[in-house]
Amino acid sequence: MNRINQCLQRLQAEGRKALVPYVVSGDPVPEATLPIMHALVAQGADVIELGIPFSDPAAEGPVIQKGHERALANHVSLKSTLDLVKEFRATDSKTPVVLMGYANPVERMGYERFIEEAGDAGVDGVLTVDLPPEEAEVFNSLLRAAELENIFLIAPTTSDSRIARIASLASGYLYYVSLKGVTGAGHLDTGEVRDKLVELKAVTDLPVFVGFGIKDNATASNIAAVADGVIVGSVLVNKIAELAESGERDGRRIAEQVSAIIGGMRQAIDNL
Amino acid sequence: MTDFSADNPFKNMPDSTGHFGKYGGRFVSETLISALDELDALYHRLKDDKGFQAEFDNELHYYVGRPSPLYYAKRWSEEVGGARIFLKREDLNHTGAHKINNTIGQALLAKYSGKTRIIAETGAGQHGVASATVAARLGLECHVFMGEEDIQRQALNVYRMKLLGAEVIPVSSGSRTLKDAMNEALRDWVTNVDNTFYIIGTCAGPHPYPELVRNFQSVIGREARLQCLEQTGALPDALVACVGGGSNAIGLFHPFLNDTEVKMYGVEAGGYGVETGKHAAPLNDGIPGVLHGNRTYLMEDENGQIIETHSISAGLDYPGVGPEHAWLKDMGRVDYVAVNDDEALAAFRTLNRVEGIMPALESSHAVAYGEKLAKQMDSEQTLIVNLSGRGDKDILTVAELDGITL
Repeated sequence: MNRINQCLQRLQAEGRKALVPYVVSGDPVPEATLPIMHALVAQGADVIELGIPFSDPAAEGPVIQKGHERALANHVSLKSTLDLVKEFRATDSKTPVVLMGYANPVERMGYERFIEEAGDAGVDGVLTVDLPPEEAEVFNSLLRAAELENIFLIAPTTSDSRIARIASLASGYLYYVSLKGVTGAGHLDTGEVRDKLVELKAVTDLPVFVGFGIKDNATASNIAAVADGVIVGSVLVNKIAELAESGERDGRRIAEQVSAIIGGMRQAIDNL
Repeated sequence: MTDFSADNPFKNMPDSTGHFGKYGGRFVSETLISALDELDALYHRLKDDKGFQAEFDNELHYYVGRPSPLYYAKRWSEEVGGARIFLKREDLNHTGAHKINNTIGQALLAKYSGKTRIIAETGAGQHGVASATVAARLGLECHVFMGEEDIQRQALNVYRMKLLGAEVIPVSSGSRTLKDAMNEALRDWVTNVDNTFYIIGTCAGPHPYPELVRNFQSVIGREARLQCLEQTGALPDALVACVGGGSNAIGLFHPFLNDTEVKMYGVEAGGYGVETGKHAAPLNDGIPGVLHGNRTYLMEDENGQIIETHSISAGLDYPGVGPEHAWLKDMGRVDYVAVNDDEALAAFRTLNRVEGIMPALESSHAVAYGEKLAKQMDSEQTLIVNLSGRGDKDILTVAELDGITL
C-alpha cells in the first residue's frame, strides 16, 4: 500500500485529521526546502504538498505567486524538485509527498519520464492544477499504472454530476477549494464548507481535504472539525517571504519559524 | 498532401470539447470550469439566435462603422511591382482596430448573461480601450488588467481607458506584461465569477474563447471575400495578416479556409530576428505546450517556463498564439512566417509615404510581408493584406526611434 493510504488509515484509526502544509520547492532558496520539509514533519505535518515553480501560476494568489518567482529566480525546476524529493526520502521514508504544479513543465519533461522519475524519487501523488479530468486522460492512466495518486481539485462551483466523475478518477484524497478565488484569499465561510462536504461525502468515499484561505489556528480547527484534512499554504509562504525579505537565508532558521505555524495548527486540530 | 476540399472542411473546428486537433481545449483549474461551461452554453444558445445576431450586426454597422473598405492600394502596388495589393481597412473601425468586433460581441454576451462587471487584459492597450469603449456603450463596469511595464510604455491608452470610465489595474507579477495581465484577469474572474464577464482579447484562452473570438472576428473575412469578388470578380490569390494571439488573422482567414486556391500567410513578430531568440514568433520558433487554458505553440525554456518575448509592437509581444493557428500550421493550410522589427518599421514608413495610411506597428508586419510576397506574384494576381489597426498609438515609439522627443 502506498504512503498516502497508509497515512490516512493511521489517522483514521487514531481519530485524527490530516494536516497538510504546502510550500514551493526552492523558496526562498533551494537549500531551505529540505530543512523546511523535515521540520514540518517534526511539527506534525501528515502529508507535504510541494509546489513545482511555474512562470505563470494562474490559480495562485499574490503570496504564492511570489514564492514561485523567488524559486524561479534560483533556477529551481521540475527536475531539481524531483531531486529534492529523493533527498527527502533518504531520511524520511514515511511522510507522503504530493507534487502540486502546472501542466507545462510536466509536458516539457514528458509524461512518461516525469512519472518514472517521480516514482523513483519517492513522490506519492500528483496534483496538476490546470489539467482537469477532460484533458488528463492519458496522464491519469499513466499515473494509475505507476501507482501514483491522482489528486484532483473540487471547487464550490463544481456540479454534482461532475463531482461524481472527478471522484471516480481521483485517488488518495480530494482537494476541496474552500472558496471562490485564488490561493490565500480571505473570505472562507466554514458553514458553506460544511454544507458542501456533506454533499461531497454523499458521492464519494475518498477523504476530502480542504484548502485555500486557511490562515490561522481557529480556521484550521473549524475546518478540521468538518473535513478529513486541512491544507495550509499561503500563511507558510508568507512567513517564508517575510524571512527572505529580512535577509534570512539559513535553511534551518527558516524551517524553524515556518514549521512553528504548523505546530500551532497541529495542536489546535488535535484538541478538537 | 492534405485534402482541402469541401468534404474536408476546416471551418467546422473546434470539436465539441474545444479542440483543434491536439491544440486548444480547456486547461484550467477546476475553479473556472463552471464559468466556462456557463459561457459555452450561453454562447451556443445565442450564436444562431436571430435577435442576438441582428443586435451584433447593428452595433457593427452603426457603432463600429462596418463594413470596412477593401481598398486597392494602387500606388503601393505599382511601386512594389507585382500583385495587386488590397488593404482590408480595419484601421477605420471605431477605436482604430479590429479589436472592437470582438469586444462588442463579448460585451453583448455579458449583457445577455446578466453580469454587470466586465474585466479584460491588455498589452498595448488596444483591447483595453475597445473593452472600455463597449463597457461605456452598454453601461457596464469595466476593469482592465495591464502589466506595469506596459502601463509605462502605453501612457496614452491608459489615460484613454480612464476617460472611458474604466479602472486600469496595474499588474506587478511575473514579467509585468500581457501574459501576466492575463493571469491576473483569470484570478479576478475566479474570485468574482458571480457578477463578472471576462472579455478575452484574442483567439486564445480556454474553450470556448478561441471559437467565439474567431466567430466575432470572422466578419473581416466574410466582408473581404464578398468585396474581393465584387471588385475583382474572383477570390484573392493570397491573404496576409499579422499574428500575435492571432485574432485579426483568424478573422480574415476563416471564411476562406475551404477556398483551397487562396493561399494564407500569418506573420509573426520576428523582433531582432528569429535566429536571435529575441522575438515573439512561437509558430516559427516555439514548441507545443500549455498556457492560459489552451494547448498551443509557446515560447518557453528547456524546463517549460514561459520566457519573455520581444517585439517592437506591444500587441504582438505574447509568448503564445491562438490554438487554431497552431492547428492550421500543422495541417499546412496556413504558412506562418516572421518579419523583424526593422522590416516592420520600414513598411510603416512606406505605407505612410505611398498611400497616406499609417498602419499600426502590428499591422506593419503584415504590410512588410505583403510587400515581399507581392513581388513574387504577377500583376494578374491579387493579395489582401489585413490592415488590422491604425498607427496613431505608435507615433511616440517611432519618433523615439528617430531620436525625436515630442
